[in-house]
Amino acid sequence: MSGDHADATIAQRVRRLETLLEDKGVLSGARLDEIIDASLSGASPANGARVVARAWTDPEFKARLLADGTAAVRELGFMEGSYQRLRVVENTEATHNVIVCTLCSCYPLRLLGPSPSWYKSEAYRSRVVREPRAVLGEFGLDLPAGTEITVWDSSAETRYMVLPRRPDGTDGLTEEQLAALVTRNALIGTAAV
Amino acid sequence: MPDRFPPGTPVRTFRHDPPHHTRLPRYARGKRGVVVEPEGHAELADVSAQGRGDAPVEQVYAVRFAARDLWGEGDHHVVLDLWESYLEADEEDAADER
Repeated sequence: MSGDHADATIAQRVRRLETLLEDKGVLSGARLDEIIDASLSGASPANGARVVARAWTDPEFKARLLADGTAAVRELGFMEGSYQRLRVVENTEATHNVIVCTLCSCYPLRLLGPSPSWYKSEAYRSRVVREPRAVLGEFGLDLPAGTEITVWDSSAETRYMVLPRRPDGTDGLTEEQLAALVTRNALIGTAAV
Repeated sequence: MPDRFPPGTPVRTFRHDPPHHTRLPRYARGKRGVVVEPEGHAELADVSAQGRGDAPVEQVYAVRFAARDLWGEGDHHVVLDLWESYLEADEEDAADER
């Protein structure tokens, strides 16, 4: 599920725009690199995993995280200065959540790291809102028939992150060990932990 | 000022087809849903994306749609983030289970 051809066209356009910005003296290449670095610096799924591990081990933090995601992750030093709102959606035995951006590829970059190419693909974006159970099955996630699925399509300034279910048999693990179990796909909702 | 559509309000999306950018995806136009929650205010992207400086600032709502209402089939739900001007109150069958 990767749109190589379309991506190549966009990459070409981006390079052309960068060249124009430099030629017209709007922005130097060095300044552009600084801006891109700053927006990506520290952006990693390890951040989202830390948030999840804290929520699994601290019920009061979890309550704050579900009530106001932006404020709660700022307690851990994430998303400072971001104008976006974070909404964390909790997976339970009854409900499974999965995120998408059907219009483009919006995604909580700072907490999940750069998005995987399949997340930006036409196939994922068009199909997960229509037949999420089948799409999740293709990711190897077979949900029980009774589990309700909610797909969150980020069409404005809110960014969604999934709080996966804590796996059984992890009572003795430390917060760091728990964080190591959490994958980027689990934070998107295309995998369980 | 209280939000126009509190959580639980049945709404219907407009069936518009503008020649410019919009954040109301085609698959969710003219559909019935229920407000989950207000998300805070933001400039209307339909206007700001045209490079205009006069974009109105509106409340954005998370709105939940039943797959059956969007696609005619399916047992899941889809939640979209929609600007207030994309929505109107759905007076008809307000008590319907969705």
